[in-house]
Formats: sequence, C-alpha cells, structure tokens
Amino acid sequence: MTGMNENPLDLLPELLILLGAVAGLLAGLFLPRRRQRLVGWICGTALVAALAATAVAAFRPDLMAFEAYAVDLPTHVARATVIVATLLVLVLAAGWARDHHREAELYVLVLLAALGTVILAGAGDLLVLVAAYLLASIPAYALAGFAKDAAGTEAALKYYLMGAFLGVLMLAGVTLLYGLAGTTAYQDLGPVRSGAAGLAVVLLLAGLLFKAGGVPAHFWVPDVTEGASRVVAAFVTTVPKIGAFVALLRLATEVFAGLDTGWRPLIAIVATATMTLGNLAAFHQDNVRRLLAYSTISQAGYLLVPIVVAGRTELAEPALLFYVAAYAITNLGAFAVVLAVGEDLLAGYAGLARSAPGLVLALIVCLLGLVGTPPTAVFVGKVLVLAAAWDGGYAWLAVVAVVNTVASVFYYLRWIRPALQGAGPATVSRAAARVAYLAVALSLLLGAGSGALLYYGA
Amino acid sequence: MLSLTVFLPLLAAALLAVPRLPARWVWVSAATADLALVVIMWLGYGGGTDSIGYEERLRWIPSVGAGYHVGVDGLSLPLIALTAVLFLACAIYSLTQEERPKSYAALFLFLQTVSTGLFAALDLLLFFVFFDLSIVGMYFVIVGWGHGDRARSALTFFLYTFLGSLALLLGFIGLYLGGEPRTFDIVDLTAAPPRAGALVLLAVGVGLAVKTPIVPFHTWLPPAHTDAPAAGSAILAGILLKMGTYGFARIAMPLLPGPWRQYAWVIVAVGVVSVLYGALVALAQQNVKRLIAYTSVNHMGYIVLALGAAGLAAGDEPARRLAVTGAVTQMVSHGLVTGALFLLTGLLWDRAHSYDLRRFGGIAATARTFTLMTVVAAFASLGLPGLSGFIAEFQIFAGVIGTGLPGAVVAGGLSVAGILITAALFLRVLQRAFLGAPGELRVSEARAYEVGSIAPLLALSLVIGIAPRWLLDLIEPFSAALVTWVSR
Repeated sequence: MTGMNENPLDLLPELLILLGAVAGLLAGLFLPRRRQRLVGWICGTALVAALAATAVAAFRPDLMAFEAYAVDLPTHVARATVIVATLLVLVLAAGWARDHHREAELYVLVLLAALGTVILAGAGDLLVLVAAYLLASIPAYALAGFAKDAAGTEAALKYYLMGAFLGVLMLAGVTLLYGLAGTTAYQDLGPVRSGAAGLAVVLLLAGLLFKAGGVPAHFWVPDVTEGASRVVAAFVTTVPKIGAFVALLRLATEVFAGLDTGWRPLIAIVATATMTLGNLAAFHQDNVRRLLAYSTISQAGYLLVPIVVAGRTELAEPALLFYVAAYAITNLGAFAVVLAVGEDLLAGYAGLARSAPGLVLALIVCLLGLVGTPPTAVFVGKVLVLAAAWDGGYAWLAVVAVVNTVASVFYYLRWIRPALQGAGPATVSRAAARVAYLAVALSLLLGAGSGALLYYGA
Repeated sequence: MLSLTVFLPLLAAALLAVPRLPARWVWVSAATADLALVVIMWLGYGGGTDSIGYEERLRWIPSVGAGYHVGVDGLSLPLIALTAVLFLACAIYSLTQEERPKSYAALFLFLQTVSTGLFAALDLLLFFVFFDLSIVGMYFVIVGWGHGDRARSALTFFLYTFLGSLALLLGFIGLYLGGEPRTFDIVDLTAAPPRAGALVLLAVGVGLAVKTPIVPFHTWLPPAHTDAPAAGSAILAGILLKMGTYGFARIAMPLLPGPWRQYAWVIVAVGVVSVLYGALVALAQQNVKRLIAYTSVNHMGYIVLALGAAGLAAGDEPARRLAVTGAVTQMVSHGLVTGALFLLTGLLWDRAHSYDLRRFGGIAATARTFTLMTVVAAFASLGLPGLSGFIAEFQIFAGVIGTGLPGAVVAGGLSVAGILITAALFLRVLQRAFLGAPGELRVSEARAYEVGSIAPLLALSLVIGIAPRWLLDLIEPFSAALVTWVSR
C-alpha cells in the first residue's frame, strides 16, 4: 500500500464517464429534438476518452485511491469491458432511439448505469459498494420502463421492487459486517470469528446476485429482457454483470476469505443452481429474448465458479476476468442479431440464411460462442474456469458446468436450425448488423489473442 | 509447409465468398493442391525415424503453456494423407451437387482444415479446438444436406459428441494440472508424463470413446450416418471416427502410461465387445447405411483391442509393436474402404432414394462397374488377403495373440469371429442386392465422376494390400516409440 492516496486523476476514466453524462444531460436540455443525436456523440466521445485513460492507467502500478477504490488489474479489465460494451450498446441504441423525444436521456442513463458498474467493480470499501450498487441500479430501472408501454412498465416495476428489496438486504449485510469488524474498508477487515459473519455473507450476496442475475435473485431477468426494449435488454443482461462479478471476486478474496464461514460451498451451490435452472428454463422458450435471458442466467452460473475458488488458485482471477469480458462481447453480439432482425419469435428467424447469410453466420458464432466452442473467446474463458475449479478442489463443480454446457447446446441449436431452413423475407437493420459483426470479430480476436492478454495480466 | 497444408482449404473456403466463382472447381483444385502438398511432405519426411517432422511452434496462451504446436510423425502423416485423399474423393464425387454448392464446398473445406489440423496438432488445447470444430462442421453438413429425419439425427450427433468432447476437455485439464511444469504441450507431456490417475484416463477415454465410437457410446452413429449425405458419411466414418482412435494413440497412451497399463485388460475387453457387438448388430440390418455404420463400430473395435493389447506390460514387446502398427494401418484402411462404401451407397440414394436392402436386387445386371467397385470394397472391408484390411487385421491379431498372454489369446480368438460375421454379412448384401432376380428398385451404372472418386480409394487399398512396405516403414518407428512410452 502506498499510504494515503488522494489524487483524483487516479479516477480519470470514471470522471470522464461522469463528465460525459453530465455534459450530455445539459446538452440534451437545450438541443431541439432533431439534433439530440449530438448527445450520443458526446457520450460516445466521453467513453472513448475513458477507454484511452484506462489504457494509460493500466501501465501504472496498482494503487488504492482514497483508501476506498482499488485501481488494479480487475478494475482495469472491468473499466475496459464496460466501456467497450457500453459503446456497442450506444451504437445499437442510436439506431433505435432516432428522433425519440427523450433520445438524450437514453444515452445519459446508459452512461450513468455504466459508471455505477465500473465503480461497483473497483469498490474497495463496503460503503462505496453500496453507493455503486445504487448508481448502477437506478438508471437501469428507468431504462427498463423507458418505452412507457405496458410490458416495459411492468418490467421496470419488477426490476425496481426486486432491486430495492435486495439492496436493502445488502445494506443490512454491510451494517452487520461493520458492527462485527468495526470498519468498512476491505483492507482493514481482519479475520472475523462470529456466527453472524455467515449471515453477513448471505446478505451481501443478495445484492450482488441481483446485479449478476444469479439464482435466487434472477426473477427479474426474463421479465426485463422480454418486456423492456431490445437495446435495454441487451444492456441490463450484459453490463451490470461485469461489475457484479468483479465485485464478488474482490469480496471473496479480500473479505470472505477472512470470515469464519462456509461461504465456498454456499457459492458453489448457488452456482450449480444458477446454471442448472437457467438452462432448464431456457429449453422450451419460443421467444428468443426469453431464451437469451435464461441463457444469461446460466452464464452467471459459470461465472460464479471462479468466485468459489477465489484465493485458492491463481487461475481464479484470470478465469473470471477473461470469461466476463468474453461473455459481455458475445452476449451483445447475440442481442445485436436480434436487433438487426427485429424478430422475437424463433419462427421469425426461418429462412434467414437465404436473406442474410452473414447475419446467420454471426448468430452461429455468437451462440456457439456462448456454448464455449473454440476458437471464440468464451472457449478460453471456459477452459480457465474449469481448470480453476479443478485446481481449487472443486472438480465436481467443473463436471456440473460441463454437463450444463452440453444441455445448453440444445436450446441454442433450436434457434440456429430454423434460420438455416426454408426461405423468408427479412429486412435487416444495417447498423445493428454491423455491431453484430464487430462483436463476432472481437470475440474471435479475443480468443486468438487470449495469450497476449493473459500474459500481460500475469 | 505443414501450416499451409492445414489452412489451404480454409483459404479456399474464404475465396468462395467471391461471387461467380465456380465453387465445385475451387473445391476440387484446393483439395488437389492439398494432396500434392501432403505427397511432398511424405517424400520429404521419409521413414525409419520417430522424430517429428515439419514442426512449427508458436506461443498462443503462454501463461497456461498452450501454443500452436504442429508436426508430423509416423502416426499423423498417414492420417493426414488419408484426409487429403478422402476429401479430394468427396470433392470429385460432389461435382454434380446441385443444392447450395457454394456453402457445401465451403463447409467441406472447413472440415478438411479442421481434420488435417487435428492430426497435426501437438498441443492439447489446439487438438481440442479442432476436435470441437469437427463436430460443428459435421452438424451443419447433416442438418443442411441430409435426408430423412436429419434434424433429429444431427441434434443427437451434436449433443452426444459434444458431451464427449467436454469430457475430453476435463481430462485435458486434469493432464494440465498434473503436469510438472504445467503445460498443454503434448510433446513436453510425453517427455514427462503428468501425475494423473485413473479418473483422468476415464475422462479422456470417455471423450475419445464417444468419437470412435466404442460400445456402449456408439448410439449416435447409426442415425447420423443414415441421414447424412453420402460425402458427409464418408468423411464422418473415414476421418472423424479416426480422431477418437488417433487420440488414444497420441494422447491417452503416451501421457497416461500408468493408468493405461493398469486398465489394459478393461480396454482389451471393451475392444472385443465392440468387435462382436458391431458385427452382430450389422448382421441384422436391412438399411445398407446402418449396416456399414455398424461395421465401423466393429472395425474400430479392432483398433481399440490392439491398443489395449499394446498396454499389456507382461506381453511380448515385438508383438505389441506389431499390434500398434496394425492399429494404425487399420485406421488408414478403414478410412479408404468405408469412405468408398459410403460413397457407393450414395449411388443407391441418388438412383432410388432408398437404402433398404430388400427392395434392391440384381444390380449386377444393370450396373457392372458399380457392382465391381462394391465387391472390391466389401472384400477389402471384411479383410480379404491382397487388400488393405487384411494387412491391418492380420497384424492386429498376430500382435494381440503374439503377446503370449492367455487372456490376450482368448480376446484375439474371439475377435477373429468378428471377421467371420462381417464376411457373412457382406456376402449377404452382395447376394441379395447385386445378384439374383431384379428387385423393385433399379440402379443405373456409375457415372464417370463417381468412378473417378471411388475407384482411386479402392486402388489405394489394393496397393496397400499388395505392397504395404512404404506405409509400414513410416508407421513402425512410431509403434516402437509408443510401446516404449506406454511401458514406462
């Protein structure tokens, strides 16, 4: 530790995102409706600047800013992943929100939720964690109901009630832990020997599992994914997960490790339940959005695996970070295909291979990518996750993950097959298709170039 | 050079994206060029050595010791050559393929890269990448160009073999974690076998057994074969099944010598069961493609039997080497012969849209060349002297029985019965469909491109059957090395 460090420039990427959001909001107030596209450019520029700042920061030594915010490898990865994913979402949103009378608000809300997610990932203090949770959640509630239709409103309400309830539980967990340890900073939390520590773990998990979309806090996922607009669905099933899992990794290595509880088996059971329930529920969905929703739940299950063995094996951290980045890109690619085609039912994809062969190829790469077929990025992530589980003494969890992966092939193929057969006219949105191709390229590049990234990370 | 051989077909597939290119001719040219490269490599590598030729090693994920590491030796070169030959045969065979020829050609070129890459891979992760992609490619071949209940068969194929591949992945991770230092590199792991027990062998074994397939993991095979297009079946049987047996010889035996020796008797027994079960079930089939599919189970059983016998540490060493040589020869021979047989069944489907033996009869009267090719292929498959099957199976039996262990003698004796059953069933097919009175369905003569694709495969089988030295010289150093590795 470098002692008290209060240099605001250490938080430059976060500040740039905040600046973009505020500037966008102000500009949106004064711009006429037809010119609100400018706000999108402001937000996009802020994100690109933040990405550049992240790249610069990544070459500096690790540090702890304000004794409450860690600037280290997990934060760098979370920053970069969140920013890239949010940029892709902005492009998708720009096509959908063109000339909407609240176009500017959409971009600003997305940016604020992304900022909350980044801070969630970097939080080194329980209070920062809670603040980040709120910042990541509240804009997302508004986004879910953004379209102001019945389905969206219902989704927003469910999302909000669940988020508020679990957020309160998390706050209770923070209070309890503060009472036990006398501090909220991760680095000062020593070993706590108390039965109540187990309760604190459960309460903390409640909030983070909500953000991650894990069982039993997953009920909002299918409803929001189906009810909210497609862009919003893509955002809330992808970006908040990044922050939640990095935060979980941090908690597991720095806080839970010092608590005298059986948290590893607990998270292992949660992981098993999450991947299994997600897969079982996805089996017979005829709506691709619900299918993807349950698929993201099962992916959350795989992502919980490295958390279980965090601190026990050096593979856990690279496994989680790589998998979460790979997942974000691949999942966005799949949603981009949905946006490009504009169909929600499996039947609507019939004959897509004839009318848009490139898009079907992108869909195949993304869906098989989610399965973990090489040479996509998720494959490397999955190999690391399985190796970490085995190395950390949870070989059975690796077997569970493998069985679940095989089961998941079934429903992904249910989507691919109709696309290959028959013929049907389809009008394809160009911008969204380009995002899908970009996601595919990124996924393949990340898979092939995984060595360089992991090497740098180590 | 080796990488070019691996990726040339993929480059050709990318070339197909250019509009107005004649897809079929691009495919044939690429396959021919690839075969030429393989021939040059074969001549350059020579024989009589167990060193790795054309080795290329690049770093991919250095932090977990995985890399792009390829090379050829006496095991992989014959299989790479087989891949080039069979894919060229399929390219010629598909010259009149009318349905979406461009995607069809692209998919087969993709599969060729995947198959060649798998046989060249000297890194566990790289091997797995190609192993998994072969499943994906074949799934789309069956679902896109198959017939009958193809969606269901393709799904069964995908799920079943994917489960196998993930079991394999778990096994590979076990090998990685047991290595000292930890690495995915096959050559390094062969030099210093990882500390891994029977569970790792079980995971690797199940993964490869599904692909091979070995009884009781074979149930995906008959439907997949029946509903795949002829060229797809030929590649599935001729190349993709070899990935399983190749994996045993390349990974399971050298990397897990202790467990392999310990469970050698189990492996021998599983081999014998596959031999007998495959032959007996084949005997009961009326669908020609299902019948050939089950003879594949039977033929793969011989290979497993031989590789199991090679792990019997108490056995005579030269005999165990002989068994390994026989097993590798059998991989090549089965690829040629069964590939030819499946292409031949494609003629039946093309002319009559049926595989039902009972509806055919007297084909010999209307289609002489077709009959001749079928007769040669059937005899090669049942192991008639003068054809490649005999060379392979003779070495396997001589090797297994020659170990001198009573159990192995019994196993070898039981397996010889498999040959009798296959002889009976092929004679039954010839009698029923080709000789005798004309049947309900008529079959016209084979066309030039059909002869041009199938006859060279049979000719190669004949060459191996009469003068096998050029092939055996290449394989034998590897057999010796493998027996040494597994005896450590």
